[in-house]
Amino acid sequence: MAHLLTLFIAAILTHNIALTYLLGMCPFVSLSRTRKTAFGMSVAVIFVVTLTAAINWPIYHLILVPTHSELIYYIVFIIVIAATVQLVEMIMERFFPPLQSAFGIFLPLITVNCTVLAVSVFMVLREYSFAATVMFAFGSAVGWMVAIMIVAAINERLALVGNVPKGLRGTAIIMIIAGIIALAFLGFGGMVDVK
Amino acid sequence: MSTKQLFDGEDRKILKTGYTREHPIFVVGLGICSALAVSNKVENAIAMGVGVTFVLIATAVIISSLRSLIPQRARIITYMIAIASFVIIVQKFLDAFTPAISEALGPYVALIITNCIIMGRAEAFYVTRSVRHSVIDAVGNGIGYSYTLIAIAAIREVLGFGTLLGFQVTPDGWEKWVVMSMAPGAFFLLGTAIWISRAITERSSGEEEGE
Repeated sequence: MAHLLTLFIAAILTHNIALTYLLGMCPFVSLSRTRKTAFGMSVAVIFVVTLTAAINWPIYHLILVPTHSELIYYIVFIIVIAATVQLVEMIMERFFPPLQSAFGIFLPLITVNCTVLAVSVFMVLREYSFAATVMFAFGSAVGWMVAIMIVAAINERLALVGNVPKGLRGTAIIMIIAGIIALAFLGFGGMVDVK
Repeated sequence: MSTKQLFDGEDRKILKTGYTREHPIFVVGLGICSALAVSNKVENAIAMGVGVTFVLIATAVIISSLRSLIPQRARIITYMIAIASFVIIVQKFLDAFTPAISEALGPYVALIITNCIIMGRAEAFYVTRSVRHSVIDAVGNGIGYSYTLIAIAAIREVLGFGTLLGFQVTPDGWEKWVVMSMAPGAFFLLGTAIWISRAITERSSGEEEGE
């Protein structure tokens, strides 16, 4: 249990998926203009990342490994992710229409969010157990949320000031903000020691 | 379209937009993950650039030649399966011939699958255009992506490790900028690079950039 907790904290602070591994950057850049869109995307990411990792673990260890077909695990994972996203969208549409209208637009974008695939690939490369996988996936997604929310909040404030040089607006300033936040997150280094 | 000339004006235009007007990283804002993550050393950047270019070209060939057969509703999953298959080839190639680079790149090779450049070009271009134009477009985008990655990696490797392609280039007393080899350095450099490129091209209104 203690191990799982350190894994969770490490995934948020010291090994933050956005600020240390630089993953999930496309939506990070395009959706961190306002806190509202950033929050919507983050919630969808937390849900999908945790769910797909939990589905991919048994598929990898119970189907692909016994049949010696680890070679194709990229294809299997990406199909599972695409199918899960589609399924979640359909379930939401049918049973939770308000949720669908709030998060619906973010769901199709998730398939190409590299965080989702990366978490599943890390799970294979680091040989996590099932519990560790779920904890790591959840922690990574929460870490992504923390990062994008900080950047979005700063970006909103910056828009009020409004004297950002013209060429720096948009993508470039988000990179610089993220860099400063990443620098701050380096301060957490050594707090928990887990890979 | 005349087939007399080997490489006509339109071909050249398509090739050029890939690394100028529609530069994937600077202008469209795609493929940022890997541009940040694998640009810490030049050798990694070269491997990644070649890998992405190969997957782009192969995807261009297969998607544009199958474009009349791909059902509209299943096109995204078709792109993904095609891209994932080629990425496996790249991964196995790196494992076999350059194990050290393969180790350094780790999960980022797999993440070529979700590299939005390939997905974006497949959706925007390959699924509607001829094989020939698609391949030219793939080469153009591959060049644009690779040279950016290698340029950023060259700066980061010299400042962060004091080496270039593994050879020491800085004097002995050089204090390494460790931060350049880590995530913040990547953000700062790419941010600055995008800023400079926008300032030069004056396409910087901020509203017109891609989502």
